Amino acid sequence: MNNELFRLTISQAQAALRRREFSAVELTRACLERISAVEPKLNAFLTVAESEALIQAAAADRRLANGAPALCGIPIGIKDIFATRGMRTTCASRILENFVPPFDATVVARLREAGAVFPGKLNMDEFAMGSSTENSAFGPTRNPYDLARVPGGSSGGSAAAVAADECLAALGTDTGGSIRQPAALCGVVGIKPTYSRVSRYGVVAFASSLDQVGPLTKTVRDSAIMMRALAGVDPRDSTCSARPVPDYEAALNGEIKNLRIGVPKEFFVEGMQPVVDSAVRAALKRLEADGAAVGEISLPHSQYAVATYYLIATAEASANLARYDGVRYGLRAEADDLSELYGRTRAQGFGPEVKRRIMLGTFALSSGYYDAYYLKAQRVRTLIRRDFEAAFGACDVIVTPTSPTTAFRLGEKTQDPLQMYLSDIFTISVNLAGLPALSMPCGYDGNGLPIGLQIIGPAFGEGVILRVADALERSAPVPRRRPAAV
Amino acid sequence: MAASSAYEAVIGLEVHTQLLTRSKIFCGCANAFGAPPNHHVCPVCMGMPGVLPVFNRRVLELTIRVGLTAHSQIAERSVFARKNYFYPDLPKGYQISQYERPLCVGGYIEVPGADGAPRKIRLTRIHIEEDAGKNIHRPEASLVDFNRSGAPLLEIVSEPDLHSAEEAAAYLRELRAMLRYLEVSDGNMEEGSFRCDANVSVRPRGASELGAKTEIKNLNSFKFVEKAINHEIARQTAVLQAGGKVEQQTHLWDAEREETRPMRSKEYAHDYRYFPEPDLPELQAPPGLVEAIRAQTPEVPSARRARYARDFGLSAYAIEVLTQEREVGDYFEALIKAGVHHKAAANWTMSEVLRAANASDQPLIRAIPAAAQTATLLKLVEQNRISLNGAKTAFAAMCKSGQDAAATVSALGLAQVSDEAAIAEACDLVLSTETDKVAEYRAGHEKLFGFFVGRVMKTTQGKANPKVVNEVLKRKLAP
Amino acid sequence: MPVRMAETKIGLDGVRHVARLARLELDAEQEARLQHDLSAILEYIEKLNELDLGGVEPTAQVGEAGTPMRDDVVTNQPAAEAALANAPAREGFWFKVPKIIE
Repeated sequence: MNNELFRLTISQAQAALRRREFSAVELTRACLERISAVEPKLNAFLTVAESEALIQAAAADRRLANGAPALCGIPIGIKDIFATRGMRTTCASRILENFVPPFDATVVARLREAGAVFPGKLNMDEFAMGSSTENSAFGPTRNPYDLARVPGGSSGGSAAAVAADECLAALGTDTGGSIRQPAALCGVVGIKPTYSRVSRYGVVAFASSLDQVGPLTKTVRDSAIMMRALAGVDPRDSTCSARPVPDYEAALNGEIKNLRIGVPKEFFVEGMQPVVDSAVRAALKRLEADGAAVGEISLPHSQYAVATYYLIATAEASANLARYDGVRYGLRAEADDLSELYGRTRAQGFGPEVKRRIMLGTFALSSGYYDAYYLKAQRVRTLIRRDFEAAFGACDVIVTPTSPTTAFRLGEKTQDPLQMYLSDIFTISVNLAGLPALSMPCGYDGNGLPIGLQIIGPAFGEGVILRVADALERSAPVPRRRPAAV
Repeated sequence: MAASSAYEAVIGLEVHTQLLTRSKIFCGCANAFGAPPNHHVCPVCMGMPGVLPVFNRRVLELTIRVGLTAHSQIAERSVFARKNYFYPDLPKGYQISQYERPLCVGGYIEVPGADGAPRKIRLTRIHIEEDAGKNIHRPEASLVDFNRSGAPLLEIVSEPDLHSAEEAAAYLRELRAMLRYLEVSDGNMEEGSFRCDANVSVRPRGASELGAKTEIKNLNSFKFVEKAINHEIARQTAVLQAGGKVEQQTHLWDAEREETRPMRSKEYAHDYRYFPEPDLPELQAPPGLVEAIRAQTPEVPSARRARYARDFGLSAYAIEVLTQEREVGDYFEALIKAGVHHKAAANWTMSEVLRAANASDQPLIRAIPAAAQTATLLKLVEQNRISLNGAKTAFAAMCKSGQDAAATVSALGLAQVSDEAAIAEACDLVLSTETDKVAEYRAGHEKLFGFFVGRVMKTTQGKANPKVVNEVLKRKLAP
Repeated sequence: MPVRMAETKIGLDGVRHVARLARLELDAEQEARLQHDLSAILEYIEKLNELDLGGVEPTAQVGEAGTPMRDDVVTNQPAAEAALANAPAREGFWFKVPKIIE
């Protein structure tokens, strides 16, 4: 077993480390060797911090000797959007290529405190803007199930690394589906918590009213373990909730009898790959067999979510990305005067998709257009929220496909931004409403590519989502398939 | 140089004042002036990627204090907004401010008018925002310091109720005094903690519509405010008189050339693209806070002026001098409380106290003796135990030494001689050496009396009680 | 690239104006490309006009209302070197930029 320690889940490794079956250093070394072996194919990591990880692992071993915290010695990959003290944090952008933060994001600090080991920083779409990780300034990440295909995005590096067993879990962020869609495309579990459940401090901001931090893991149980470590009040984030954090893992009892599951009729229409439809319906059958009540619901405004999202997210992004000006840190272009300094630094530092979104957001906020675009989108956001409020009057969780298709080919959508945006059609409304949602594998298509199923809960309903997901995982007819390409 | 009588100036002022907090508005860095560049900074006020603001409670309390004093409505819920523009001293590329829903709405400030009667200048709003850093310009490059970035600021916006540079200056003086009374701001214009932008327009007298306005920035002294506004009124009037049109522009006051000139660099900055700050939930004052602050708010200049007129019958000039700074009036009142008559207390405060305070670079409270000591000194004068001049000498010495009144008077030998026998001896000595002058006096040259008094005072080294000297000399010189 | 020209929702002048506001230097090709892309996206966004939004309040945030407040306490020590460590150009403790013309 020792030569394949990297295959373990968090809960397996936790138990084994406590029994001292192997050391944290051995586990970390196994992951680092796996990284060396598969990275030439995947490009999931932007930075591999081998010596730092081994030092952390050695420290974890000392802590394991006398009653260790939850994640002690567990190798966890960090999306390169999280500030890591003393470790380069690029956000997959040229503009931050050499930026070394003097501080840790709150969730990074929490994982450190919990004894986690950080093998490195993971690839992503530049500033989390994208759905395929093709927008990384440092080259795309490949899907471990088929190297010609994308891993999804923006947390594509996180999903691919977990799927390929390069680390036991990873941190991601989700603004419009950036955890769930890559989790679906790479066959792993990913959860976007309720807005405000997890601190955003130290997470490079894309769209502040939508961004949330969450884990990508191999199993539902591992997501529950990670959520407990990540969630909770943070005095550095004014939008972070002070609600107590439940023991999510303890609630995974397989019990879903009489639970009401809503299936929105609007999510099973045009353009969806038939195999995705049938896999989700098969999963619903299994939930029914376990005693849940499945019924149709309606989210009538979900067809407006993508348009709404692209106004609100880009408007916020246009301000959030104004700080990259070449004055205090990051890339600075050669310039004779200030105007050139700004214009050239930002022209050279940002990739095309980031520029496109800054332009759209700036336009949506600009004088004469604010009411017709930004403010209108905020009003539609209200309607989308109300849809969910009404729906949760009639059900406990909502089940949908995560993405209308399985992993698409590299380059397939790069020339048509709108088609790329539409690949997030099932995930985006959840961010607009600030709700929690999880994606988990629910089968494979004819090419062996994973299919993702999304479970949406009411605000702070992470517990019930995880319980349903766990039940579904238990009743899965076939075990998780290892990625064929690595 | 006011507008010619055919035209009328309309002026509104935007004042930015830094709040006296220990820490910055959104992070735990010191809110302090005078450190070396980029020392009071952290990832938050440097706008590093991923940082978030957390609001300083004290800023809410101080703003409510100002709002209540200015008769503003305090909003139960107010909203932070991002004001977007690029400038090297603005680390995030946006300033966190308030826009559609400020904390304080409406209100007014009473300003003493030219005729002495108070005049209400209406306020549009008072809102909270963060300060930017500071640029300094060198021939080859500009340098940026972020110590001030994130200092808490109030923006106090007046209605266009002002019609002359003098009136604008009076409003600013009143506002500054009020903020200092409230211990909300130190009002230091040189250090930039009290800054003013003026919106100036000129229209034909009697017109109801406003003309195109010029915004003048960079007014960092009362003198410049008056000069710049007068300059701008004259400039716009000349344009209108020549049949031209005033352009809506932003001007910068150039203190060296004493003129305003249009700004070049912010040409794209007019579209600030305000939108609600997603990183801060709406600001709600905790229940009871407004009432608690109302109960503790100190007296403001207008109330104090009314009280001084009513209780002490002081002249308008004396009231003006005594109320300009809170500590001056506080000192004056402390003297009265210690038993000094209010006339004597007023005179002493206006002359000796202010002289000593102005000569010192210390705050008033540290520059001069405690009021109890000064009162002791003034009672010695009242009891003729020292002369008024002696008291002034003693006071000056006490300011330097910090010694108490009794010790100073005795150390300097200022105690007055009232003993008739001793004074008579001194008079005899003077009269015996000035026999010629005595003869002249007795021959009718009565103006020489002062000469004799002077000689006696000199002989007694100024300690003789002048009243007694007068009596004794009169008697001895009588024919 | 050959494109079905979306109905023009934003002109080249508009693109240039927005690029100035956003401080992005664009070449002619980028301007044309952005004009096309933005027009296509804005056309898609027209969808929102189907909705009757009368009386619907805007939603700016979905978290809990009432911003938390911190006490007025200095918790940070002076840290000039940490602040300047990533500076592209500095002079002493200052950040250095090309000369600003006001």
